[in-house]
Amino acid sequence: MPMDYATLRIIWWLLLGVLLTGFAVMDGFDLGVAILYPFVPRTETQRRVLLNAIGPVWEGNQVWLILGGGAVFAAWPLLYAASFSGFYLAMMLALLGLILRPVALTFRGKFDSPTWRASWDWTFFVSGFVPSLIFGVAFGNLFVGTPFRFDSALGMEYQGDLFGLLNPFSLLCGLTSVFMLAMQGATFLASKSEGDVSRRAGNYGSLAAAMLIALLTIAGIWLAIGVDGFRVNGEIIKDGPSNPLLKVVARSRGAWLANYQQMPASFLAPALAYSGALGAAFFLRKGTAKLAVAFSSVSIAGVIFTAGCSLFPFLLPSSLNPDQSLTVWDASSSKTTLGLMLVVALIFLPIVLAYTSWVFHVLRGPVTEAAIECDEDYHY
Amino acid sequence: MVDLDVVSLSRLQFALTALYHFLFVPLTLGLSVLLAIMESVYVMTGRTVWRDMTKFWGTLFGINFAMGVATGVTMEFQFGTNWSHYSHYVGDIFGAPLAIEGLMAFFLEGTFVGLFFFGWKRLSKVQHLTVTWLVALASNFSALWILVANSWMQNPVGAHFNPQTMRMELSSFTEVLFNPVAQSKFVHTVSAGYVTGAVFVMSIGAYYMLRGRHRDIARRSLTVAASFGLASALSVVVLGDESGYTAGFNQKMKIAAIEAMWETEPPPASFTLFGVPDLKTETTKYEFRIPWLLGLIATRSIDTPVEGIKPLVEMAEGRIRNGLPGYVWLGKEGGGPTAEIPQDLESSMHDLGYAFLLKRIRPDIENASEEQIHEAAMSTIPDVATLFFSFRIMVALGFYFIAMFGVAFYLASRRRCGRPWFLRMVMFSLPLPWIAAELGWVVAEYGRQPWIIDGVLPTFLGVSNVPAKDVALSLAGFVLFYTVLAVIDLVLIVKYVRLGPQTEEELATFHAAPAPAQ
Ligand code: HDD
Ligand code: HEM
Ligand code: HEM
Repeated sequence: MPMDYATLRIIWWLLLGVLLTGFAVMDGFDLGVAILYPFVPRTETQRRVLLNAIGPVWEGNQVWLILGGGAVFAAWPLLYAASFSGFYLAMMLALLGLILRPVALTFRGKFDSPTWRASWDWTFFVSGFVPSLIFGVAFGNLFVGTPFRFDSALGMEYQGDLFGLLNPFSLLCGLTSVFMLAMQGATFLASKSEGDVSRRAGNYGSLAAAMLIALLTIAGIWLAIGVDGFRVNGEIIKDGPSNPLLKVVARSRGAWLANYQQMPASFLAPALAYSGALGAAFFLRKGTAKLAVAFSSVSIAGVIFTAGCSLFPFLLPSSLNPDQSLTVWDASSSKTTLGLMLVVALIFLPIVLAYTSWVFHVLRGPVTEAAIECDEDYHY
Repeated sequence: MVDLDVVSLSRLQFALTALYHFLFVPLTLGLSVLLAIMESVYVMTGRTVWRDMTKFWGTLFGINFAMGVATGVTMEFQFGTNWSHYSHYVGDIFGAPLAIEGLMAFFLEGTFVGLFFFGWKRLSKVQHLTVTWLVALASNFSALWILVANSWMQNPVGAHFNPQTMRMELSSFTEVLFNPVAQSKFVHTVSAGYVTGAVFVMSIGAYYMLRGRHRDIARRSLTVAASFGLASALSVVVLGDESGYTAGFNQKMKIAAIEAMWETEPPPASFTLFGVPDLKTETTKYEFRIPWLLGLIATRSIDTPVEGIKPLVEMAEGRIRNGLPGYVWLGKEGGGPTAEIPQDLESSMHDLGYAFLLKRIRPDIENASEEQIHEAAMSTIPDVATLFFSFRIMVALGFYFIAMFGVAFYLASRRRCGRPWFLRMVMFSLPLPWIAAELGWVVAEYGRQPWIIDGVLPTFLGVSNVPAKDVALSLAGFVLFYTVLAVIDLVLIVKYVRLGPQTEEELATFHAAPAPAQ
């Protein structure tokens, strides 16, 4: 089925949202459990309940991040180039966190010394908290605009630094991300454990959901009255070459909410974000954790698409030269590559989802404290 | 003197992190297949000693695997963080195999490796065996796709320059996929991984034999590893030769540098077994040559010449001059929404990459003098001495492995394990496959310099526009951090090797060891 360039670009914008959601939902289990790690367990056995709950699945979950990176590289090469080099030191910090996680999990249990374990416990928390915060901060900076521009040969120049990224609005987004992922981790943990651990996870999860609702509301209001949005002026060529130097962009207060007025259907996204978080809190309180996982995941999808809908068609707005911002219409790869990658994704994503579900099915059932103490199949 | 600018720092960082990643990769490749073989024997014969073996080597595999994953994540994002112009310029082509690797290989590997460790009780024997094979298969898939990407950098086929977007774009994915360099590279690199796995298992097996411990498991491990290793070592050498063959076709400069061949020799070229290349005089001293051999390796014929460095530099000069008009046109017309390459400039556009070489010397390259063009052409010579010696050590190790596995295989087929001196030799061979593999990458990647994509984009242009101090900081972070991890990793592996394989009952008590006091 032949598809025109503009449609392919829209599909890949949607797929980008789907992949980000996949990452936040799946890796959110692990990041969230790591964030809750200093708070939920009280004994060594309980700590091992947390580690072994994510033990068999964290590896596969993390691939959503790697795939996200690969897919952005293949479908939005300019976005990949500009964002990762633009956020250089922040990215390096996030990478540090991500490297520490497999290592902390694998190394922690391999020596019988309390200091050894305590250091890796601490490391494990950092490996969840730091990347969660940084990903949120990076998202926040999309709204504020990042200080890059291009020369005529599309060489990129970047003028920001790490501290420039840490502006108040972006820090708010960072915290939102931490609570969102904590909520996700908590619902997973509540469903994978029993007794004390499950109960405390539930309590922290409801708290995180409430915080998420509050922070989202603050961010929304802030966006309306405190941040200059971006808007493409003049005619938009949707199937033109991927060259971000060919358009004019204006900034104005409130422009980030313009899409919602023009397309009321997009209100669905924030509606899902709120109702998902409410549902997660409700079912955590009721003790039906599996439903809480589902609602929390819906909430995450809602949050990501809420951000996406207000940014659209922008991918990476430039504060240095707004005309050169990256948009869906001028930062994609060629039509050939988008088409090829779409076919590949349509073949392999369903396969991946099928065997991932099978693996989760095989591993179903809670990780109990009793089992941890006598079963050598609990690896960590 | 080392010039610590962003380019050098980024290169150093990429080289260190990639070489570090490749400490863990070959062992994952080799050990995953060996685990699958051992477990297959367990399922077929039902003898529990094979299951205990699988679990023992599996523990070591797990430690190594975690490090492989952790260091691989760094690699995935480094193209964007440190090589952003590269990512923009070729992402349209290069990004695809990387994304496919994630979809096809990493998901499979990551999802099932958890079941390998946690699934012994939850799965039937055959199901668990299937899971193990899937992990092995997936790690090979991952090697395939990343090497397709890497081979495209060595031999950029199936792509064209688009003046509207100022970048390279995909013209034919099948050409990228069936790149001849990718095929030989895949087989050579994966076999190198198998050799690494086999040497690892043999060397630890030999250690147990010498100590007289775990003889049951040690002898079986030696047998499996010897046969698997012999096949793999033969494949490395035969297909390493294949690798030289393709390099001879599309990277003439690399092969000339590997051989320190300054002038074109009348065919068939001889192979310099040993010598000391001297850059100043452009000659090689103390040579010991084997007639005909190089011509045979590089061209598979006795009448095609293998070109020398000096004539290749002259050719580069010509291509730089040819690329200049295209570059000038691009400065005026490029980036427009309807820009089209004029017909008379098409050949010039093919040499655009060569014109870029001048950028290192002056920004307004269209005004370059004759000396500057010569200087740029000279910069296409990679570091001859490093390539020359790295290559020879790798090749020597290749033949050594064949000999070692050959003897071990002969002994195993007679149900013997060999004299203590032989076992000791096997034991001390442990680091050798890593040395060969790392040097192999040095030959392949350092030999590609000054290109990040051969003939298309010079390395210094691929780099990100980030402050040098930021890269220095991240580089220092990696060095510090990776060193600590390497030390811990080694200590753990030694600890588990000392502990040795455990039977089911021993394992149960080991894991149920009382938790430390709170
Ligand atoms: C010949 C094989 C080979 C080569 C050349 C590379 N890798 Fe690798 N990589 C593997 C073979 C492999 C593997 C065998 O599949 C690993 C190693 C250990 C492991 O756990 O999986 C892996 C892990 C691994 C991971 C983690 C995957 C996971 O979570 O399962 C990533 C993201 C990368 N690699 C990315 C890269 C990049 C961007 C490279 C290029 C610079 C690279 N690798 C070179
Ligand atoms: C894990 C195996 C690999 C090793 C050990 C390795 C080794 C190296 C080394 C030693 C360098 C430095 C060369 C120099 O700057 O002088 C380098 C550079 C580089 N390699 Fe590799 N490489 C590996 C795999 C890959 C793969 C698979 C790719 C691409 C898919 C790749 C892409 C690059 C890039 C982009 C650079 C930086 C630019 C450059 O300096 O040429 N490498 N690599
Ligand atoms: C007679 C033996 C061997 C020959 C003739 C040989 C030949 C080659 C050549 C020509 C290259 C460079 C390919 C390029 O530039 O793209 C290469 C690379 C490499 N070699 Fe070897 N090699 C031999 C043995 C070995 C051994 C024993 C190992 C490891 C156990 C090894 C591991 C590697 C690796 C990892 C690379 C980099 C990947 C690649 O470019 O294929 N080689 N080899």
